[in-house]
Amino acid sequence: MPAPSPEFPSSGQAPGSDYFPSGDFLESPNMATEITGMVNADMAVADSLHTLDPDQVAHAAIKKRLGWGFWVASTWVAIVALSALFAPVLPIQNPNKLTSCTKCFPDSYHWFGTDSLGRDIFSRVIWGGRVSLTVGIIAILFGLVVGGLIGLVAGFFGGRPESVLMWGMDVLLAFPALVLTLALITFTQGRSVGFIPLGNSIWMISLAIGIVSIPPVARLVRASTLVFSHREFVLASRTLGAGNSRILRKEILPNVMLPVLSFAIIGVAVAITAEGALAFLGLSVAPPTATWGSMINEGRNSLETEAFISMIPATILFLTVLGLNLAGDRVREFLDVKEGGL
Amino acid sequence: MRFVRKKLVQLIFVLLAVTFLSFLMLNLLPGDTAVVVCGISCDEAGLQQTRTDLGLDKPIPVRYVEWLKNTATGDMGISARNKQPVSEAIRERMPVTIELLIYSQFIALVVAIPFALIAAQRAGGIFDRSSTTIAFGLLSVPSFVIALVFILVFAVNLGWFPAVGYVKFTDNPAENIHDLFLPALTLAVAEMAVYLRLFRTDLISTLQEDYITMAKAKGISSRRVLIRHAVRPSSFSLVTVAGLNFGRLIGGTLIVEVIFALNGLGRYLYDGISGRDYIPVQGAVLVVAVGYVLINFAVDMFYAVIDPRIRHARAIA
Repeated sequence: MPAPSPEFPSSGQAPGSDYFPSGDFLESPNMATEITGMVNADMAVADSLHTLDPDQVAHAAIKKRLGWGFWVASTWVAIVALSALFAPVLPIQNPNKLTSCTKCFPDSYHWFGTDSLGRDIFSRVIWGGRVSLTVGIIAILFGLVVGGLIGLVAGFFGGRPESVLMWGMDVLLAFPALVLTLALITFTQGRSVGFIPLGNSIWMISLAIGIVSIPPVARLVRASTLVFSHREFVLASRTLGAGNSRILRKEILPNVMLPVLSFAIIGVAVAITAEGALAFLGLSVAPPTATWGSMINEGRNSLETEAFISMIPATILFLTVLGLNLAGDRVREFLDVKEGGL
Repeated sequence: MRFVRKKLVQLIFVLLAVTFLSFLMLNLLPGDTAVVVCGISCDEAGLQQTRTDLGLDKPIPVRYVEWLKNTATGDMGISARNKQPVSEAIRERMPVTIELLIYSQFIALVVAIPFALIAAQRAGGIFDRSSTTIAFGLLSVPSFVIALVFILVFAVNLGWFPAVGYVKFTDNPAENIHDLFLPALTLAVAEMAVYLRLFRTDLISTLQEDYITMAKAKGISSRRVLIRHAVRPSSFSLVTVAGLNFGRLIGGTLIVEVIFALNGLGRYLYDGISGRDYIPVQGAVLVVAVGYVLINFAVDMFYAVIDPRIRHARAIA
């Protein structure tokens, strides 16, 4: 009995459902696969006894969509991003203005209430989003560019460069992420490169989180580069006379970009959480600049009586991270379709 | 054995690099290193002492070797603030952190394994879908937010657990376990979500193996098939990830120790950072990183021991 071909589960049949419903069969894009399916019909009956991974079943049974979850999540992230982007021109209160109304509960004037210094939490949440998103995006872009290059070179050339680069990644991974970012920020406090201040400036924070994100990107990119560099289209391109750099740019990079995309979305979420943790520990950008983490930290003292001071920014942070994770996860599943068909 | 030798060589190189980077950290400091390290309340004598301690007049490679020698013999310098030797402070604070790590892993596994078993038994069922969704949500909550919510609910409102502080294990073990429950649970939340997803996926794919069909065909009940036939082969990645997390969690304990005022290694690191006391920070980073590398190595070895396929495949590769 031959093993069922790997394409079989993804060919439009959910094992456990009726075999060959006529409509599906006619619309099938791949006759050969279906015929293999017929030959293996008894195998399939055996298969149908198993409980299959529900994800797999869903992939096969319905056409792939991003799903409503993705759109809800992206809408939320878009709202946060847009309001952060336009914070200076939005008709909101000054985030750093002290008022006599301290620890006021939410009302029609202060939508989210005020903190212990009487500052409007609603506008601080919006301004805090600027820091979080800026750090998240810069950090991941840095990680993608550097980690991506390392991964491409290591995966494509192999040999000595690969072992040296991957050893470097192992060394970086030896430091727990939070400890490494803390150390980088602490030990560069007061230093600057040219006109860019290090320490707890937004640049150094992004850079520190970016450095931490290099190894996972490099590993991911290396793994998929390794797969693609042995594919037929690369061989074809080489036969046509393309050099290494052209193959890397035109053949491998576009293919590697896809899995990296979903990683990048989730990476932004991780970076935002990391910035939140730094701010919570009082090591992100200096006060009075609003950041979600520092707002949560400042509200800790009045947790017993005015929990909203901490919990509102905490909820916003959670929803944003959740939204990015959800979107990234859906994009990953959505893009998976290509590999399954090969 | 070739596998072990290869791994050992790698281990030594990584350890050298990690120690070198930890050593170099002080050189990142702006200005005169001795002045910064010595701290705010530093007189001329103290400054001179710091200079000789750090050996700042010598070239970096020489200083590195000397520093490595001192560190290996347990001399990691002294704190500028309270003049306590760093190695002594670290030894004092290590037990709480380690206890927290073990405790949280225990909670995470105790919750995740049964949930994964129930979920995998009816993959795609209502229990499976809801537990996977909740796990996904839990993964998105930062630990400092979870900690605050727990404090708010269980310490402030219900008063079941203390919000800060704890009794030492040696003084009263039961009280100690009780007091450390909230910090351990905080750390465990994200872990249990990871373990649940991982173990569930592995179980589901094991349940598709032919020998499971065989077992079912022989009329063994599905519960027995699940427990006796599917659990062991599905637990490889769970064991690995749980092992590796011991190291990774050290970063997480830092936040939890700060919030719950626990006198552990993470808190020591944090206090050093906020007090601009750099020698303790360097020592703590070094201990954490070396510990992490060693744990990873041990997990790798253990993995090879329990699964001979890995041992051979990797040795060939």
